[in-house]
Amino acid sequence: MFKSKTKLLQLIVTLSACAFLLIPTIMSVMAGLTANYFKGISSGLTLKWVFQVWELYADSIFLSLWLAIACLIVTLIVGLPAAYGLARHPGWLSRLLEEFISLPLAVPGLAIALALLQLYGSMKGFRASWAFILVGHVLYTLPFMVRSILAVLAAIDLKTLEEGAASLGASPWQRFRDIVVPNAMPGILAGALTVVTLSIGEFNITWMLHTPYLKTLPVGLADSYASMRLEVASAYTLVFFILIVPLLMAMQWASARAQRKTK
Amino acid sequence: MTLRVTNTAKTYPDGTKALLPTELSVAKGEIVSLLGPSGCGKTTLLRIIAGLETPDAGSEIWFGNDNVTSLPVERRKVGMVFQSYALFPNMSVRANVGYGLKMQKLPKDEIESRVTEVLELCQLQEFSGRAIDALSGGQRQRVALARAIAPRPRMLLLDEPLSALDAALREALRDELAMLLREFHITAIFVTHDQDEAMAIADRVAVMSHGHVVQSGTPEELYRNPNSPFVAGFVGNAMRLEGKVAGSTLHLDGGELALPRDGTGHNVFVRAEDVQIDTEGPLNGKVESVTFFGTHYRVGISGIMTDVLTSTYAGQNAPKVGERVEVSIKPEALMLLPEGAEI
Amino acid sequence: MGVRPSPYGHTMTNRTFVLACLTPLFIFSLAFLALPLVRLFLESGSGEAGWAIYLDILRRPRYLNTLVLTVLVSLATTFAALAISTTAGMFLSRNRFRGRGTLLSVLTLPLAFPGVVIGFLIILLGGRQGLVNQLTPGHVVFAYSVIGLFLGYLYFSIPRVLLTVMAAAEKLDPALEEAARTMGASPYRVVVDVIVPGLMPALIASGAIAFATAMGAFGTAFTLATNIDVIPMVIYTEFTLSANIAMASALSIVLGIVTWALLLIARSLSGSTVAAGG
Repeated sequence: MFKSKTKLLQLIVTLSACAFLLIPTIMSVMAGLTANYFKGISSGLTLKWVFQVWELYADSIFLSLWLAIACLIVTLIVGLPAAYGLARHPGWLSRLLEEFISLPLAVPGLAIALALLQLYGSMKGFRASWAFILVGHVLYTLPFMVRSILAVLAAIDLKTLEEGAASLGASPWQRFRDIVVPNAMPGILAGALTVVTLSIGEFNITWMLHTPYLKTLPVGLADSYASMRLEVASAYTLVFFILIVPLLMAMQWASARAQRKTK
Repeated sequence: MTLRVTNTAKTYPDGTKALLPTELSVAKGEIVSLLGPSGCGKTTLLRIIAGLETPDAGSEIWFGNDNVTSLPVERRKVGMVFQSYALFPNMSVRANVGYGLKMQKLPKDEIESRVTEVLELCQLQEFSGRAIDALSGGQRQRVALARAIAPRPRMLLLDEPLSALDAALREALRDELAMLLREFHITAIFVTHDQDEAMAIADRVAVMSHGHVVQSGTPEELYRNPNSPFVAGFVGNAMRLEGKVAGSTLHLDGGELALPRDGTGHNVFVRAEDVQIDTEGPLNGKVESVTFFGTHYRVGISGIMTDVLTSTYAGQNAPKVGERVEVSIKPEALMLLPEGAEI
Repeated sequence: MGVRPSPYGHTMTNRTFVLACLTPLFIFSLAFLALPLVRLFLESGSGEAGWAIYLDILRRPRYLNTLVLTVLVSLATTFAALAISTTAGMFLSRNRFRGRGTLLSVLTLPLAFPGVVIGFLIILLGGRQGLVNQLTPGHVVFAYSVIGLFLGYLYFSIPRVLLTVMAAAEKLDPALEEAARTMGASPYRVVVDVIVPGLMPALIASGAIAFATAMGAFGTAFTLATNIDVIPMVIYTEFTLSANIAMASALSIVLGIVTWALLLIARSLSGSTVAAGG
């Protein structure tokens, strides 16, 4: 029958896709834990490569974590009030601004990085500091923060809630603090996890902006792929997975939760 | 506190005139209802009084001896009950009610005791720890009211406070609201499109139409002496008797009626409850429809005028469709309104 | 009644507060997005060829071939990802079985993998020490060829297309299919007349996303395409090795406009935000 034959075909395609995505991931994890990749698993399991990665790249890992936190702080400071402003002043100007800050989602990071380098490359102090990489990360993650919060704010009757608070004597700032922020929380949480996840994994902009003294985790990864033995590169990838997979899962959970709130 | 609104109007940027220059005074402790169909400007007027809308230049809002026209809502010290209640979903019932007191920066224990007092007054003690989305519609309505009065506002403003409830609950809460408002001894203005609600709750009703107040008075005054066909129709559903006035007689297709006075230049209106099926009546018509309402029947009678004339019949044995009936209307039940007073 | 004025009550109306809220965003995006992009555009016209540099992209075989190759690889990625992800997506949204959640997790896991990591995973599959080369001793090395690049882009696109298709599939009203059946439509006709038209906006949207991301993918190309000329690699080498800043800028502008326009279409059709980078 048409149905069961189709189902079988669909199942085969689904399983093949899973295999395609999963097998190299598992290989990478195994390679990072195997004493000698060429001899295979029989050469024994070891954490030697992971420790070696830690010695070589601990700085990169910490720089990435630090950047992610700094990026989160900046996107919150800039993005939270902005999302509120955009929600309260819907109109073509707000649409345009939202569209404009979303450009880094669509335009390849390479182009954004080139633009930044050409305008600020000659400001040596700024160019050589971690703040320069931070700017790139904020550019790329800010639209996620703004849109995540905006989606939640658009789903509640923000204007009437604020009028309610105003009629009880709350000033604009008190309204923002007591009504807007608490009710936007699911969106803020989802946005925050997205920002951290994306910042830790960002490569395209960072590769162009980084200096030899400031290598983030993904920059270090590219470095290890090019110059280290396969086991070290794999162990480093494993460290990245351990960091990013729980974040991804938390991000998906938080986004689904925020979306339920908007219904 | 008395409220005085003078020369107050609202024109939107696109040129729509939501409110034409309006005068309104509300005495201390008075409960006034703004009644009218949707789009008549009643909510706009309420929101201007609250400070949620900016009126056109030249408008003035006085709270007692304070001109509050340029004060933002958060500095006017009004209590407001919103149509959707606008309860804060991130706070418990208690925190919602205490929010206005917190904004006044009262000491914690005073806030606590005043919140408890208000919760008791509105019979909400047992719900004080609940989240807003764990409340029924009627409970939410009471929380909204409690929250509005807790800061002891100068005036209470209610925007269609019962319209979010279903019909049965609305009627029960209408009387409860009327009682509570009187217990509060507070100047209150509430907006509604429901004449029963306005009459049940308000000391005085201001009927609005097309951006201005058409007539203002006690429910009885409006009901008995409407100054325009609009008010007669909107308050108590009066019907126009389509006939020819000659001196103090009205000639209808189905007979003649005596008017209470000379009706030259006037239109004649009557309410269904004053149209009586009466074997001695001077008017003759045919029963078109009979609808049973429990307490009474509504009988549609044709042949008396071009339109169907409606009568309420309270007896046990309603006439049958197709029967011919006699109808009488007492002269004092007829309302004479000058021709051309169409609004 | 002793209401003390709040510190902002006097001075700040709601409108000024809202505008103040937008100010940091405005300043940030002006300084770090608008001005740099203007500079990038001006720079593209500052070379020897002037503004004719945009014509050079089409006239000079090196750039034209790069453009054609990039478009071809991206198109192949798009259609392959659409075919695989639509099939898997429909299967997963229409069937409930044990292990479904696991399959879904596996298929969405790579969402957080940057392009470099995906490039490395393709090397593990098809590199000199890769799985395929170990299993078949015919020295099959494809990681650094166009095929490797295609597989890398595909790896990147499958989860993104899958999520878009599944979201659309969940929104399809099952009553439509049932209505078609009651009117005597065969299962095949139901697919053609109801399911595919219902999914079409999502298919176009996710196809545009897959195409745009493949066009602009740098991380994967950086790891795999050392010998292949695709646009992002050419931009990179023009900028770093040849110091041909004008051409690197011009190619960036063209690439940016193409991917931006495609994603604009995608978003207007699906209404969702999907990360293009990585």
